[in-house]
Amino acid sequence: MDQLENQVHPKILEALLNARNDYTLDDALENEMVLNMGPQHPATHGVLRLLLRLDGERIIGCVPDLGYLHRGYEKMAENMSYYEYIPHTDRLDYISPMANNVAWVLAVEKLAGIEAPKRAQYIRMMIAELARIASHLVAIGSFAMDVGALTIFLWTLREREKILDIWDILCGARFTNSYTRIGGVANDAQPEALAKAKWFIDQFEPNLAEVEQLINTNRIFIERVDGVGAISKEDAIDLGFCGPNLRACGVEFDLRRNVPYLCYNEIDFKIPTYTEGDCLARYFLRLDECRESAKIIKQVLEKMPQGPVHADMPKKVLPQKDEVYTKMEELIHDFMIVNFGINPPVGEIYHAIEGSKGELGFYLVSKGDGKPWKCKIRSPSFNNIQALPKLVIGHLISDVVAIIGSIDPIMGEADK
Amino acid sequence: MDLKTLIPQKLKEKFPTVDFEVSDYRDELTIKFDKKYIVEVCKFLKSDSELEFSLCSDITAIDWATRKNRFTVVYNIFSMKHNFRLRLKADVDEGDCKIDSVSSVWRAANWQERETYDMYGIKFNNHPDLRRMYMPEEFEYHPLRKDFPLMGIPGSLPLPKK
Amino acid sequence: MGLEAYLKDNGFFTTKIDAIIAWARKSSVWPMPMGISCCAIEMMAVGDPKYDIARFGSEVMRFTPRQCDLMIVAGTVTYKMAPVVRKIYDQMPEPKWVIAMGACTSSGGMYRSYSVVQGIDQFLPVDVYLAGCPPRPDNLLHALMKIQDKIGKTKASEFPNIPLNKIDINLPELNVIQKN
Repeated sequence: MDQLENQVHPKILEALLNARNDYTLDDALENEMVLNMGPQHPATHGVLRLLLRLDGERIIGCVPDLGYLHRGYEKMAENMSYYEYIPHTDRLDYISPMANNVAWVLAVEKLAGIEAPKRAQYIRMMIAELARIASHLVAIGSFAMDVGALTIFLWTLREREKILDIWDILCGARFTNSYTRIGGVANDAQPEALAKAKWFIDQFEPNLAEVEQLINTNRIFIERVDGVGAISKEDAIDLGFCGPNLRACGVEFDLRRNVPYLCYNEIDFKIPTYTEGDCLARYFLRLDECRESAKIIKQVLEKMPQGPVHADMPKKVLPQKDEVYTKMEELIHDFMIVNFGINPPVGEIYHAIEGSKGELGFYLVSKGDGKPWKCKIRSPSFNNIQALPKLVIGHLISDVVAIIGSIDPIMGEADK
Repeated sequence: MDLKTLIPQKLKEKFPTVDFEVSDYRDELTIKFDKKYIVEVCKFLKSDSELEFSLCSDITAIDWATRKNRFTVVYNIFSMKHNFRLRLKADVDEGDCKIDSVSSVWRAANWQERETYDMYGIKFNNHPDLRRMYMPEEFEYHPLRKDFPLMGIPGSLPLPKK
Repeated sequence: MGLEAYLKDNGFFTTKIDAIIAWARKSSVWPMPMGISCCAIEMMAVGDPKYDIARFGSEVMRFTPRQCDLMIVAGTVTYKMAPVVRKIYDQMPEPKWVIAMGACTSSGGMYRSYSVVQGIDQFLPVDVYLAGCPPRPDNLLHALMKIQDKIGKTKASEFPNIPLNKIDINLPELNVIQKN
């Protein structure tokens, strides 16, 4: 039990002492202190451990410690087929589960050379954008809660419950729903779900305006987050920052526009950017992105074509259950696909989508059999946390909470 | 000129002694070469004004479980100027499990190389801070190698008493 | 430690005192949300206006263990995180109860891998196991009601009177680096 009692292991303490920083204080105190913002702390961002080196209340060194939620995703992927892995991808970025499903299924379809029909692609776009709104609502809510405005959290969660109701009608689970399938989606979108999505978008904007009205001009909020955690454009790109954090620094980079996937090139939407790169800019950016996503969903609902939601490739796409019970070939295909997998050709691909936190990518290597030989998950939160030491140096401890809240890391995907 | 032909051409011009294997699968370009030249090639790709591969998306390794050249280190990089993705690969043998670190070229590579070290045991020379990323410091094995069992080795990770 | 334990030692009629104190304890269970991963989001949803947990008496979710009596372990517990969970459990004052929320805490869930503890009952005593991945907020409220039933049946004889100087308290250590 000795090694368990000694929570700060020498190697990480050494890394903290050696952490390079160009920050010096004029009137430094005589002693420095090492503070452990442990894996369990009230900021609701999961199990992130930070070791801070403090001079009074100013931070002069910071080392994050990850791995408290490392569940062995990549090793498990090598032992199960591509279909069996879909529920696991739900739990990566668990605030926007549908987007991860879409990312995985797009990567496998690229590897195997399957093309999903148009209606399935539009449904996937709709659920990915709903996932983005859900994730940003939680991000805004918990950011405001960390800074002190508790009501915002309850109001944004109330809006999020409506999105979870839409998903409940669509596929039966309100959360961690493995809705997409290789070659399409699990079942067609019911008219009630589409009607509810339309109702939600119509009443979303005024509710979001109500939330904004509470804190956008609040002096305490602005003074707490303005100018805190600023980062420049070049540093952001070099450190691997991605997603809304990068766009708040002035880089107009969005994978939906630069490397289009699904049918995003048929939809008209703007990419909001801000130039300051601090916490307030990231907060405003997430609000703007919610509105843009609402616009996208409105256009998707208008343009959605009729048609099938499963690709017509019987050897690779799972058949419908009612046909499996009544027809012979579908039964054989179901047996072969479930037991032996879809067997994509030998090769490797890397495919990334614009998740709500940034670039969520899957790198898959196939040796020709039903299980991937290697699966690497490129998670945006992992790279965002890498930039954290650069952002917090020179600020007070209470700013650290605001900065973590504005970066919005999700440990499920950072730790894999 | 098409980037898929421009990049190998420029690389052959700049590094005439290096042997590049270029392959193109599902519209993605992959370039494989010897691990000695990795830092120079990456520096050239980043700083060249026509190419500008400024974003290092991902660094990982593949374990082929063969006798010779057991690991392949894979670099996925992205150029914002052309919206083009490139993959670089370098073979690493199990006996000499070291490769130079590119964290001096892209600072984003720092943690990704640490993760590769933690999972595969490949050491990176001149890395500023090579420690384990996910597993606790005292863990002795490298989980993503093919000879490590999925359920782990019993007793390798301690648990508090009830 | 506790009024009824003191009264029991000094002999008195304890049945009505038991009932009153058990009723008071079960009507104001303050949970300590050990939110680790996805189940924590459903735990947050239990606190939101739709599935209000405040009407069950759990008005505040204190993140400090010293002021709570129920620990809801929500999320996958890995081997690296297990000592932290145990430490927080040790820091809670008696009487305390534990809900293992979700499949991951009950039995390892869908993660049969090298770094996930296959069930937190390997190092924590658990009172209520909750199935689901993640369990719906209604499920968590049902588990809370089951804990309330369990608390409602407790008697004074179960809680020993431990004097304060015999309890093992764990204080975290602060490291101070001397510059000179």
